[in-house]
Amino acid sequence: MTTRQVEAPPISALRHKDLLGISDLTADEILLILDTAEAMREIGDRPIKKVPALRGKTVVNLFFEASTRTRTSFEIAEKRLSADTLNIAATASSVVKGETLVDTALNLEAMAPDMIVLRHAASGACHLLSRICRAGIINAGDGMHEHPTQALLDAFTIREHKKSIAGLKVAIIGDLLHSRVLRSNVQLLTKLGADVWVSGPPTLMPAGIERQGVRKTTSVDEAVEGADVVMLLRLQIERMQGMFFPSLREYFTVFGMTRERLKLAKHDVIIMHPGPMNRGVEIDSEVADGPYSVILEQVSNGVSVRMAVLYLLAGGAEHETAV
Amino acid sequence: MKRLFKGGRVVDPANGRDGLFDVLIDGDRIVRVAKDIPPDGAHVVDVPAGFVVVPGLFDMHVHLREPGQEHKETVATGTASAVVGGFTAVACMPNTTPINDNAGVTEYILQKAAQAGLARVYPIGAVSKGSNGDQLADIAELRAAGCVGVSDDGRPVKTALLMRRALEYTAMFNMPVLEHCEDPSLKGEGVAHEGYHASTLGLRGIPGVAESIMAQRDIALAELTGGAVHICHMSAMESLRAVREGKGHGARVTCEVAPHHFTMTDEALASPVSYDTNVKMNPPLRAAADRDEMLKGIADGSVDCIATDHAPHHYDEKKVEFDVAPFGIVGLETCVPICFDRLVHPGLITLSRLIELLSVNPSRILNVASGALSDGAVADITILVPDLQVTVDPARFKSKSRNTPFGGWQLKGGVAATIVGGRTVYMNDAAAGAGRFK
Ligand SMILES: [Zn+2]
Repeated sequence: MTTRQVEAPPISALRHKDLLGISDLTADEILLILDTAEAMREIGDRPIKKVPALRGKTVVNLFFEASTRTRTSFEIAEKRLSADTLNIAATASSVVKGETLVDTALNLEAMAPDMIVLRHAASGACHLLSRICRAGIINAGDGMHEHPTQALLDAFTIREHKKSIAGLKVAIIGDLLHSRVLRSNVQLLTKLGADVWVSGPPTLMPAGIERQGVRKTTSVDEAVEGADVVMLLRLQIERMQGMFFPSLREYFTVFGMTRERLKLAKHDVIIMHPGPMNRGVEIDSEVADGPYSVILEQVSNGVSVRMAVLYLLAGGAEHETAV
Repeated sequence: MKRLFKGGRVVDPANGRDGLFDVLIDGDRIVRVAKDIPPDGAHVVDVPAGFVVVPGLFDMHVHLREPGQEHKETVATGTASAVVGGFTAVACMPNTTPINDNAGVTEYILQKAAQAGLARVYPIGAVSKGSNGDQLADIAELRAAGCVGVSDDGRPVKTALLMRRALEYTAMFNMPVLEHCEDPSLKGEGVAHEGYHASTLGLRGIPGVAESIMAQRDIALAELTGGAVHICHMSAMESLRAVREGKGHGARVTCEVAPHHFTMTDEALASPVSYDTNVKMNPPLRAAADRDEMLKGIADGSVDCIATDHAPHHYDEKKVEFDVAPFGIVGLETCVPICFDRLVHPGLITLSRLIELLSVNPSRILNVASGALSDGAVADITILVPDLQVTVDPARFKSKSRNTPFGGWQLKGGVAATIVGGRTVYMNDAAAGAGRFK
């Protein structure tokens, strides 16, 4: 693997019980996860896509927000590692009966799961669970805070195309304010030495974002110029129109990613989107489906990265079972 | 029974005193404060060295939660908490269930306070019926029942017009309108100060101007009407600027700052514990520049009072996601140690100025006859120990709730005893010699 020579982690295990956010990881730990994910991907290419690494371990996917994509990705990752998995969707659980998050978690704890993969609408929900649960908590998206496995799979995808992340110009464009994908990516990319630019309407710019080591601009052209990577963020259009920007049409005109605009980027730029996309709003279909797009690769890399995270948190290198 | 507190330092700014004096009490009254008062049959209490005798402290912004929210606090537990904190009096906000918008609720609270027999309770009535901001509550009736001010606390007075009417109407009783300053649209669904920390943690922000815009509205209306507006729990530097300017123009505006707003900042959202719901309050902990400005205002006199915004919440209510936890922390039992440790000992203000902030000015703003150790005055007295070492232990709070971010803080300065109407209602075992005030 060529990337190993460039960025090889000097460590072999994570120090953590949980993955709450990229903010808790060092650059070395990020690289360890990415390298482990490369080994994991090879499993997906085998005729029998299964290894016994997590046999006998129980993983609960506790999703308080609907997300077919992320939940399915975790589930496939867990099954490939032979874990016993249990899916709990908030609407189907006792949450509707007014049980608190803490109660739900404590009831789950009574069944002694090894890991809980949590998706929740409140920022910090995973931190709350990590303080009361023995099980390891993996953050699958908490409110507007973080979505660490998304940023890891994004980094994995970037590394595949660009070898190293250090020194790349990465432009992240869209609804920055409400995006957990943004926050995780900013943490990760700055830790690995990328030159990160963020752009979008000033009404959707998080306060103090520049203190996180990124450059902000309302000019998409400026952000895209010379970029190696252009990452678009989804707009929650239902709740935004009229207050954050005047109309979808105007948004697309000022901030939308078009083929024309993309000409400002490097000739080998890659286009990313965490999905699901609003075609014709943040991204033109020509770009989404065009030659620079790696959007579908992101989806398939998600499984490898989540396998790596599960494997490393469940015991990692100390685990006797070879991958 | 007569008691003579002998030889202690007395700090009584309303009477220009700071020195060694004797205080003679007979029943519920102060007879005389002077040097070398002969015992004349009175029970003599030798005030231990290092103790200071001051007029009873008055927290003009607390939530006693009764009626209706007794799982959080009651008048009895809230006033027990008050006297441990050195407060001989509190003013309680009307956002109970039901709202204190009629004489019946006011009388109920006062009856509970009399039964508890601890700190004095001065109810604040609602500005509007149900605090809904639509029609004025029966303010004269509330006043007759014992309310000393009006407020729709928990929310701002809804419209500028209603605020104008409230200021005009209350002016006839010389009674202030206490305002929770917040522009609802700017606050939105915010849960923390808008800035770097909320941003990084993905928490919705509330900018400082959400507060100051409303303060500016109210100060302008105070000027227009001649009414008195009091800005509650001020947190933003922009609000303080507006208050200073208003005072400069002669507007009848006063303001209070809570201990958490002059000690902590929004950094507490991230560490030592991230998303700790005990640092969630409204207004939120703000930036360091705001905190420093509050300290400046306290030192230069533009801040009138320190009030705790004591807001008890049940353990279960706070043990939830940050977004859904209720706003507020308890404050009565930590206020005095924090004020000594952060204001007096570092030399920011004198003890005399602290007594103005905690006793003289709240009494003046609410037109309550307290805040001075005058001959013939009611004997509401607090005994302080500036050098007492205090470690905040929420498990020992007398409040029904323990929602505080100050647990484990080591502070210098505390309370030895609290005397209400000549009766000692609290003695601190940790202060050697406090037992003499029995
Ligand atoms: Zn308030």
